[in-house]
Amino acid sequence: MSTQPTAPTGAEPTHFAFDAESEQQIAVILAKYPPERKASGVLPLLYVVQKQMGRQTGSAWIPRIAMDVVAERLEMAPIRVYEVATFYLMFNTKPIGRYHLQVCTTTSCWLRGSDDVTAACKKATGIKAFGETSTDGLFTLTEVECLGACANAPILQVDDDYYEDLDGPRTLELIEALKRGERPTPGPTIDRLNSAPAGGRRVLVDETAAKPQGQG
Amino acid sequence: MVKVTVDGIVVDVAPGSSALQACEAAGKEIPRFCYHERLSVAGNCRMCLVEVSGGRKPVASCGFPIANGMQIFTDTEVVRRARRAVMEFLLINHPLDCPICDQGGECDLQDQAFGYGADHSRYRENKRAVTDKYLGPLVKTVMTRCIQCTRCIRFSTEVAGVQELGGVSRGENLEITNYVEKALTSELSGNLIDICPVGALTSQPYAFSARPWELKRTDSIDVCDAVGTNIVMQARGASVLRIVPRINDEVNEEWLADKGRFVVDGFRRRRLDRPWVRVEGKLQPASWADAFSLIATRLKGVPGARIGAIAGDMCDAESLMALKDLMGMLGSPNIDCRQDGARYDTSRRDFYTFNTGIAGIDEADALLIVGSIPRQEAPVLNARIRRRFVDAGRGKFSIAMIGAPNADPTYTADVLGEGPDTLAKLAAGELPFAEVLANAKNPMIIVGHGALTRPDGQAIAKACWDLAVQAGAIRPDWHGFNVLHTAASRMAGLDLGLVPGPQGRDVAGMLKGGVDVLWLMGADEFAVHDIGPDTFVIYQGHHGDAGAARADVILPGVLYAEKPGTYTNTEGRVQRAFRAVMPPGDAREDWRILRAFSEVAGRKLPYDTIEALRTRMAQAHPAYGQAEHARPGAADTTAPQAGSVTVAATPFHPVIADYYLTHAVCRASPTMETCSGIYVRPATEAAE
Repeated sequence: MSTQPTAPTGAEPTHFAFDAESEQQIAVILAKYPPERKASGVLPLLYVVQKQMGRQTGSAWIPRIAMDVVAERLEMAPIRVYEVATFYLMFNTKPIGRYHLQVCTTTSCWLRGSDDVTAACKKATGIKAFGETSTDGLFTLTEVECLGACANAPILQVDDDYYEDLDGPRTLELIEALKRGERPTPGPTIDRLNSAPAGGRRVLVDETAAKPQGQG
Repeated sequence: MVKVTVDGIVVDVAPGSSALQACEAAGKEIPRFCYHERLSVAGNCRMCLVEVSGGRKPVASCGFPIANGMQIFTDTEVVRRARRAVMEFLLINHPLDCPICDQGGECDLQDQAFGYGADHSRYRENKRAVTDKYLGPLVKTVMTRCIQCTRCIRFSTEVAGVQELGGVSRGENLEITNYVEKALTSELSGNLIDICPVGALTSQPYAFSARPWELKRTDSIDVCDAVGTNIVMQARGASVLRIVPRINDEVNEEWLADKGRFVVDGFRRRRLDRPWVRVEGKLQPASWADAFSLIATRLKGVPGARIGAIAGDMCDAESLMALKDLMGMLGSPNIDCRQDGARYDTSRRDFYTFNTGIAGIDEADALLIVGSIPRQEAPVLNARIRRRFVDAGRGKFSIAMIGAPNADPTYTADVLGEGPDTLAKLAAGELPFAEVLANAKNPMIIVGHGALTRPDGQAIAKACWDLAVQAGAIRPDWHGFNVLHTAASRMAGLDLGLVPGPQGRDVAGMLKGGVDVLWLMGADEFAVHDIGPDTFVIYQGHHGDAGAARADVILPGVLYAEKPGTYTNTEGRVQRAFRAVMPPGDAREDWRILRAFSEVAGRKLPYDTIEALRTRMAQAHPAYGQAEHARPGAADTTAPQAGSVTVAATPFHPVIADYYLTHAVCRASPTMETCSGIYVRPATEAAE
């Protein structure tokens, strides 16, 4: 059964207007396109909307009324904005929790234990299945396709930040920290720099050179 | 031309054609769902697969460009298997509800499943189900049947010019929707029903009425506007159940406006099916003989100058001719077919014709619309303007309007001003659009009835003509002066001379006691309450509306579906309609009523058959004797008479207050009533 990607009744705000911060971003975005082709700015503008909703309401989603505002700003038909906003899964057309937990379950992450990450997410938040929001409204759990960080699998993306090299316990820890209102530093959760080998550099190791950086 | 071989047949096709067009040129039928000649190519159904020499896999022929010497194979084992596979995919999510589907019998998917479908399904999973959408009172949706060909999206975006349908979500969740629960705001929405290849979009009023094979089809002409849309009346027994358009590239292509399509349920309601006479203030049923003798008695001793006749907007040319001749026999110069009081110079046909022609719009490169809202007055013609606007590309077909439109015209048009004073500014070159007109090769000016029904109508027409001459739009190979009519009978009425003779009275003059006996033929759209209290009114028509309510004698005439008739559209094209069903009760064809009455009145009309009457019409105006319609050029640039009233500065007003309720038949139609309640009344109330 397919579902119409619209917000449940009552969730739609009655009004949406860009705030000063968004207006500043929009000015930068629209300067990139010729005036008669400004419809090209629909993707970044929708992203601006989502960010602003996150700032203002703690739920980063795009209400329909905001799509109408974007359509008006870009002088395009509202349906063309609806089409774009519903096509891309990174635009949320329904309200979501404060933190958007996006678990990658594609091959690399799955082989490296994304099932444990998922289970930990569910356990820590009380969410039963993908697509749901926790009862406290803090978390929404989503299953996503490859996030392109296979070297650091498994990945959990929280809003825009990648937390890498996770396992069950560290995922629990991360979520508990989020619950406390903290934002742990994104990146690998094990002893490595970015995608460098765990435990430090393995090649080009010169005894005379300084100790490789990034070791914990 | 490019030479292409299709299954061994060599054909010449125009460069830039698609493989599918080449196959059609070779007489090969290619199955398709998403491809439609009049829409852009989407290439998403994959049903039109063919093999092309040198290609390693089948290609979708609708979007595959041809090249010289290309060999196309439409019926190989590879092609057949590929199409069968596509059909299997399409049927995975398509419900097996053909027995309860209104498209059954005229469904592309059903037909092609016959050729390419398997006898069983290999699909064991659950089928996709999609919630139905609300698209207004005319189009019914069963979206689970949708195969996502996107024809409806392309039609509404490209042809109708209302960007309200789209495809939201993606993959298995893709849905065709308007996303918001709002009726489609198009006067062409009924065409979605025709272009939908499956039963996803069907007709709401016609739902579960009949199967296509039960219907008798009769060619006819739409008379709800003056475009002369070619239609097919589909009838079962005594009732016309639906109206669909017929292809005529010169007129309506294959579209039909909603009023012409959905007015059909007004055909059997509020009908006048027997003669009535008023006895002591109350209408009593009567026989034809009684009604005729009453009129004849009343007419005795009345001088011709005290007799008048008004013809309505839906009359066929035959009955107009007969009415004109009857009034001539009675010695009356008081005859008028212009209920709206429009003013024309009728001395030359091109003074009151859409001279450029509907197909001529495709060649125009600048357009000025004066006192007209084509979207409401002629939706199909408006779609043609829009198509020209889109095809010409940015800035290549400039459109300007004088008179503020109350509806989006569906194309970009500069509003130059609100009243006819803007014309003088244009002529003086004070507005930038004057330059556009002067530089255009084929400029067009459309004068609507928002201008012509004003007291200064003729002066405005002359100003427009002068502007056209100034712009070089009136020359032997191009006639850019156009009158856009709103009444289907108007052109024939003007051609056949249904305008007041010398010292004759027009509609306004016949009211308020201007005549003693007034013959109304289907005339309801004028100030009926202004007819003098002592005037004896004969109403000849098919629907019990304003005219019949005032009548002293009612003669039941017939609808356009119930008589063979000739109609002339706004471009002067003379077209024939045929009888689809028999009239109800004692109703008779209008020209026969007039002919029969003339005998009772002792002044017999000289024709007994419709052929004889048509010969008489050909004598009255040469256009009615010609088989072919020729688009007029203009040898003579002499302007029409300006009339006695000079141009006033008052703004133009729209002629149509409510698109869905413009004549007696649509006022009898529940569907049109619903549409008016949904589309027009909320807007009118909001404006108040």
